[in-house]
Amino acid sequence: MFDFQGFGPQIAYGAWMTIQVAFGGLLIGLVFGLLGAGAKLSPYAFLRGIGQSYTTVVRGIPEILIVLLVYFGGEDILNRIGDQLGYDGYIEINVFAAGITALGVSFGAYATEVFRGAIQSVPRGQIEAAIACGMQSHQIFWRITLPQAMRLALPGLGNLFQCLLKDTSLVSLISLPELMRNSGIAIANTKEPFTFYFIAALIYLTITSVVLLGQIYAEKWANKGVQRANS
Amino acid sequence: MKKIAIALAAVIGLGVSMANAADKLRIGTEGAYPPFNGIDKEGKAFGFDVDIANALCAEMKAECEIVAPLEWDSIIIGLNKKKYDAIVASMSITEERKKAVAFTDPYYSNNLTMVAKKGANIDPNNLKGKSVGAQRATISANYVTDNMKDVDAKLYDTQENAYLDLASGRVEVLVSDKLPAYDWLRSEQGAGFEFIGDAIDVNDKIGIAVRKKDDDLRMKLNAALKAIVANGTYEKINAKYFPFSIF
Amino acid sequence: MNWEEIFIALPKLWDGALVTMELVLISCLIGFVIAVPVALMRASNNWWVSNVPLIYTFFFRGTPLLVQLFLFYYGAAQFDAVRDSMFWPIFKEAYVCALVVFALNTGAYTAEIFRGAIQTVPHGEIEAGIAIGMTKPTLYRRIVLPRAIRMALPAYGNEIILMLKSSALAYTITLLDLTGVTRTIIARNYLAIEMYFAAGVIYLLLTFVFIQVWMRIEKRLMRFQA
Repeated sequence: MFDFQGFGPQIAYGAWMTIQVAFGGLLIGLVFGLLGAGAKLSPYAFLRGIGQSYTTVVRGIPEILIVLLVYFGGEDILNRIGDQLGYDGYIEINVFAAGITALGVSFGAYATEVFRGAIQSVPRGQIEAAIACGMQSHQIFWRITLPQAMRLALPGLGNLFQCLLKDTSLVSLISLPELMRNSGIAIANTKEPFTFYFIAALIYLTITSVVLLGQIYAEKWANKGVQRANS
Repeated sequence: MKKIAIALAAVIGLGVSMANAADKLRIGTEGAYPPFNGIDKEGKAFGFDVDIANALCAEMKAECEIVAPLEWDSIIIGLNKKKYDAIVASMSITEERKKAVAFTDPYYSNNLTMVAKKGANIDPNNLKGKSVGAQRATISANYVTDNMKDVDAKLYDTQENAYLDLASGRVEVLVSDKLPAYDWLRSEQGAGFEFIGDAIDVNDKIGIAVRKKDDDLRMKLNAALKAIVANGTYEKINAKYFPFSIF
Repeated sequence: MNWEEIFIALPKLWDGALVTMELVLISCLIGFVIAVPVALMRASNNWWVSNVPLIYTFFFRGTPLLVQLFLFYYGAAQFDAVRDSMFWPIFKEAYVCALVVFALNTGAYTAEIFRGAIQTVPHGEIEAGIAIGMTKPTLYRRIVLPRAIRMALPAYGNEIILMLKSSALAYTITLLDLTGVTRTIIARNYLAIEMYFAAGVIYLLLTFVFIQVWMRIEKRLMRFQA
């Protein structure tokens, strides 16, 4: 249907890189989201302040600026820490790490709110029951709160992951060779912008659709126990 | 909590490397500026700049790695952040850039020029109200913003995108380095276009940028450059791209 | 941090911020006009009426804005037919392209938000409307839409903020919005962190002001509930 003019492998590699960036960003973003939610629900005002500033700042500035700031500013911070710890070499962040960290930081700010909502809606009685059984607080978190919060958070996280998938195109602007970037290279050689950006659009549509189906399946799976209890 | 912290560090750690000064020489190039530098179907960098860089490395008996593609408008920042050790990317030696980086001796010479559609009858001395394109962060862009106050200036992230808009008629005049434009005019897309007016900046020298502190590397590159010009390697590379000397 | 350079750059950054605000305002207005009929169609019980606009929302919500922008700006110019058409003088302007793509993009997201809201309008209210003999247009004008738009307000506000942030991509097609100005300045002074930081603070201010204004609007429109 399309003439890739020899750029097929590059486009395929770019698409694969896009998927890797998305899942890398998701992994880091989930951690940031959990930490953020933990901070916001913390009994210490100081931690709540950090959580609040994190979500306000990150949700208020464009993702592309976060990507650029992490790419250019991240190393400065790491090297300052390195100096403090007495390491005198140079710490370098490659584009992939910068890209997934930036996308993760952004995802995490939104995920913080999703997790917070989910954790808060775990019935208080269950936690009291766990305390009554003599569980320690970290046990309660890992065994009672988190598994249930995850189920409640799933729809929200799915939507955020859809946004993350689309935001991966932004890391092309720090020259990470993902789908968008490699489409640009193909266009530079073939002078056919419509053909290659259209192919890229179709690939993105395919990826987002597959993830959407996966999301529906995952939600069904996570809600299995609940439905059984209802019937 | 500790487990999460370790996992996070591990994931980010995949991409964080502790670079030592004694590692191989990393040479950055843009990869969107044919015939000087571009990216091919295999994702490899090619072009005059890349050939020169490889010849210099062979001459210095150094192990080199070409880092490409890079965003042009942040290429100097990347050098100073030690993402690579030298830039061989057709960079003009300018006073402005010398504040941020050091340059080797020039490895080729260039002019600025204007390109427009054949028969468009554009007076290069009166561009008032015309749309004029140039690549951001180049001497062409500086020329447009400093000397053409009454035009509709459009700045592009890559020269390739500027060509696309010149070909589509979105910009009427492109201010560009002469040599890549010369190459583009010979391509299928550029066939209907021509140079207009006289060359603008006739004393544009292209050099290799290194960090200011790396004087040692700069000296080595200068010596290697002299050597490849003397032993004919440079001439061979030049002939591959242009039928006249560009040194 | 080089504060002096930041202060020197501020007037230019502010000019860029004005372009950003203008882009967001106009594209959100056009997006709203697109979103209302699309949402009504999407909420219809007729399969055809509800699924034809799905192609539009599916495409614009399923692909990155950057691809849409490049596809419309650089892609469309690949065809002689487009360049020879009567629309070219308008469509060749980067500003118009950005507005069209942004409006179509935000229109698609907004339509889905409104559809969700329309479908949650309580049945009782619609039945009551029918019972007192309202025609369908009156029913929609007086009951469904006012109710749905109020319910959609928080989500719609978020969508406008997302649009404000996405508008930063306008620089990739030569527009000098806040990000475009920032990059142009960095190209000459190499102070990437300082300038991106300054731009970030301005974006943050814009979102902050917008949230305050939006909360007032919400409060006013929801005053009957107080």
